[in-house]
Amino acid sequence: MTTALLYGLAGIGLAALGLRGSLAQVSLLRRLLALNLMGSGVFLMLGAVAYRGPGLSPDPVPQALVLTGIVVAVSATALALALGRRLRETPDRD
Amino acid sequence: MDGIALILLDALLILVLLGLAWATLESRDPRRGVVLFIAFGLVLALAWARLAAPDVALAEAAIGAGLSGALLLAALRDEPEAGHDPSEPEPATPAKRRLPGLTNWAVGVLCLGLGLVVTWAFVDTLSGADPERLAGQVMARLGESGVSNPVTAVLLNFRGYDTLLELAVLLAALLGILALGPERGGYAPAGPVLAGLGRWLVPVLILTGGYLLWVGAHAPGGAFQAGAVLAAAGVILRLAGYRTAGLPQGLALRALSLAGVAVFLAVGLALLVAGRPFLGFPPAWAGTLILVIESAATLAIGATLALAFIGGRPAAWDSPEQRRALNPTQVHNQP
Repeated sequence: MTTALLYGLAGIGLAALGLRGSLAQVSLLRRLLALNLMGSGVFLMLGAVAYRGPGLSPDPVPQALVLTGIVVAVSATALALALGRRLRETPDRD
Repeated sequence: MDGIALILLDALLILVLLGLAWATLESRDPRRGVVLFIAFGLVLALAWARLAAPDVALAEAAIGAGLSGALLLAALRDEPEAGHDPSEPEPATPAKRRLPGLTNWAVGVLCLGLGLVVTWAFVDTLSGADPERLAGQVMARLGESGVSNPVTAVLLNFRGYDTLLELAVLLAALLGILALGPERGGYAPAGPVLAGLGRWLVPVLILTGGYLLWVGAHAPGGAFQAGAVLAAAGVILRLAGYRTAGLPQGLALRALSLAGVAVFLAVGLALLVAGRPFLGFPPAWAGTLILVIESAATLAIGATLALAFIGGRPAAWDSPEQRRALNPTQVHNQP
């Protein structure tokens, strides 16, 4: 159980760090990095819940959810980068 | 002794992860931040291997670290001054990169509080009796799923709706990217080293993608990892100066981008017509149907992620007449 606890706590730490970054950072790119870190933290927490100890087969359902999440995260990142680029290319109106 | 060594390894991995995450957010130079983020993703893949999740480890290394990193690095390239973040009007000084002091503190306290509440809930869950898990049901009926890798069984059979909708999310993101504007400028033709590397690497990556797709039925791998590896081949081609990143043109490209959702839906609807529930695979056919869906999904994921790297509507997307109508003054070939 120590392994699950350690990685779960690490996941929570990452999620909190990422949340703080996504709120406190000013630049778009750093906010995106922070959001990705936050997502990784949440995934790690799910992975820790799925882990059931050495030699035991882990729970495949949270693992499948994490796989889905990783792909959704990269597509959201790609869309956000495209939006950021468009924002930069659009002249200010004020 | 073995146990202690492993706990030390876990502790070390976690410290490195947290340190890299911290450094990613605190680095002044955005390029450094992105590179640290890629390193973070690779260490995270090791952590996934420790958590007995090799499927996730592969996906994290290929997608979380590799393709996200490529996308972020490509985005940095667009910036007006290399190394200077565009949303900051003036060169970064520590004071400018942050919110005012009080707000910053309030955000910190809020996140710390939230983290503590989640920690409490997590420890409480973990220290309770092991609850009845869906894992039991998955393992009990794995034989009927058509595959023997439980993660693939969950993704493509037991929770097929999730994966269908995930492919739809991917498609929606792609449509958003295509709608936002034309592709960014291509890269100069590669020098002999990169061109030579590409000639070796691209066929190996395509072969690896096919292997990952096939092996996903009974071992770690599957459509996402395979699609990511195919997209990586596209990224290398693009970096080596091939503007299209190896993607087809016009209708074929559109069909490829739609393939995942379209084949998944077609299989689901065909099953409905045959009198079974939507995506309720008959056990005898499940393996074949999953392979058909996964093959289409692999191609679609590869094409979508490669298009995301191209970063906008590629010139090959529209016919020449449409291109002229859409962007009469747009100059595509930037240096």
